[in-house]
Amino acid sequence: MTRAAEPSLPDRARPRRSGIPLHAALFHLTAAVVAALFLAPIVLVVLASLRPASEAGAPPLPPWPTTGLSTESYGRLEAFGDGLLHYAGNSLFVALGTTILTILVSVLAGYGFSRFRFPMKKLAFVLILSTIMIPFQSILTPLFLILAKLGLQNTLTGLILLYATLQLPFSVFMMRNAFDAVPKEIEEAARVDGVTGLRMLVFVMGPLILPGIVSVGLFAFLNAWNEFLAALVLLTDQSRYTLPVLMNAVRSGRYGAVDWGAVQAGVTVMMIPCLLLFLTLQRFYIRGLTAGAVK
Amino acid sequence: MSGITLPSTATSAVAPAVPAPVRKSRRRRHDWTGLVYVAPALVLVVGFFLVPLCMTAWMSLHNWPLMGNPRWIGTANYKALWSDYNFWNALLFTLRYTVAATAGLMLVGLALALLVEKPRRMAGFYRTAFFMPVVIGFASASLLWAWLSNVDSGLFSALAQAFGLTEGRVNLLATFEPAFWSVTIMVIWKMAGFYMVILMSGLQAIPPDYLEAARIDGAGFLQRFRHITLPLIRRPFALALILCVSGSMLAFDHFYIILAGGPQNRTITAVYWIFNQSFVSFRLGYGAALSMVLLAILVVLSVIQLRLLRDREDAR
Repeated sequence: MTRAAEPSLPDRARPRRSGIPLHAALFHLTAAVVAALFLAPIVLVVLASLRPASEAGAPPLPPWPTTGLSTESYGRLEAFGDGLLHYAGNSLFVALGTTILTILVSVLAGYGFSRFRFPMKKLAFVLILSTIMIPFQSILTPLFLILAKLGLQNTLTGLILLYATLQLPFSVFMMRNAFDAVPKEIEEAARVDGVTGLRMLVFVMGPLILPGIVSVGLFAFLNAWNEFLAALVLLTDQSRYTLPVLMNAVRSGRYGAVDWGAVQAGVTVMMIPCLLLFLTLQRFYIRGLTAGAVK
Repeated sequence: MSGITLPSTATSAVAPAVPAPVRKSRRRRHDWTGLVYVAPALVLVVGFFLVPLCMTAWMSLHNWPLMGNPRWIGTANYKALWSDYNFWNALLFTLRYTVAATAGLMLVGLALALLVEKPRRMAGFYRTAFFMPVVIGFASASLLWAWLSNVDSGLFSALAQAFGLTEGRVNLLATFEPAFWSVTIMVIWKMAGFYMVILMSGLQAIPPDYLEAARIDGAGFLQRFRHITLPLIRRPFALALILCVSGSMLAFDHFYIILAGGPQNRTITAVYWIFNQSFVSFRLGYGAALSMVLLAILVVLSVIQLRLLRDREDAR
């Protein structure tokens, strides 16, 4: 009814239409300024990390290198402890390990919860999901002791096991929903063709739940790559440090002096993979975030 | 780059349950198979969550040093905790930070969501820009902020001086108020995009007809916002609020990295104090007792928030 009435209300519609350009300009101006504010620190630290050693300690005014680009800050970080690449390798190992373990475990569990009936199924599902309400910060001390008992204290493997566990409530929930969304007929057809067991999961279901797997893997990677507190507590040997723990040591300084150039370089190395992953897989990130949030 | 767009199925993310007849037919054949698939997840959750949780409760009743044998001391840890001035101070500070950060994040998050909610040209780009700080970790963001707030090499002091706001360089991190606000603003910068996305999912679910009808009836922007938008985004708002409060109550990384608890040990959060007791002083039993208290507070806070929101729903 309102639709039909619209043409007969030109006096109401016209002023709004002519107001659009001004409104749009105002919108773009505001949004662009706010966007610049949000992006500025990120851009600033990347630019500052490329300043030569002589400039590295000075305030970033102007933020860009004035006496030519230089990778000296990264060089000094490479000279710290076992070297930047070693620590980046540690971080990458932990992040990839967590990603793979999380995907494996949550796909299996999602399949089990979606397609099978078994004793205490409800209880098991609630148990896994409810861990999201317990902050892991509050169980860090016993985790430390358990990993020590398993001979995994101060190891990257121990960290992977812990990180994967932290990802499980979200990941199992996501994968259960992904399997629930696959029509039964597809499985029935494959079963008629003689596909069973794990082959069914990998070759028939696998491609269909791929978007869910990407979301789950993306969150596992980013969270493991960025986690600080557990790594700080569980890793005591400097050569095992992940990047956040290493950079905290760099930032604490040696002999009271802080090498801010090295901090900028380290922050850049930590940020870039996250930003690239997010920009390329944004769709999966937002899907995971809203799916997890709506729950 | 397409920018952030919310999937249209966002509100129906919970897929319908598996139809019952199919399950029944498979019940007899695969009674235990499902459990095999679920087992690895259960092992991890039990081993690295359920057991540690029970251990925390058990340890809190002991004097538990790092080396040597733990000794049963009953509720002595809890009694000591009762008069632990530092812990209650840390808790009070955490509450103060939670109020400041939550208010800031909800306001900025909602403002950002309102700004870029409609599918306009470039809206996706702006959303992505606002969201970028969310994906860099708290440790990276804290280190970045530690540099920007540094008096000699950072940006803020130098910028304030250049604009003539301050005489000479002022060390932001040397006194409590500027240090506290510097960290809080960092958190708002880093997390506002996250709450923007959650609130946006609520805003986009409001039927445009409602707002249009109110507009035709002569309701101004503020009236429409107050009487139509706000009530309709109550659910995502509640979710954002709970995530924000429980996240802030567990704050550690930024206060540890940027301020190291200073100035004058006044920015030590609850988790920071537990960390100090457990892993600096190695009073593991006492740290466990503190953890139990924090856990109880978090559960109570979540229940209160859920209750408040449910009540308001019933009243309507």
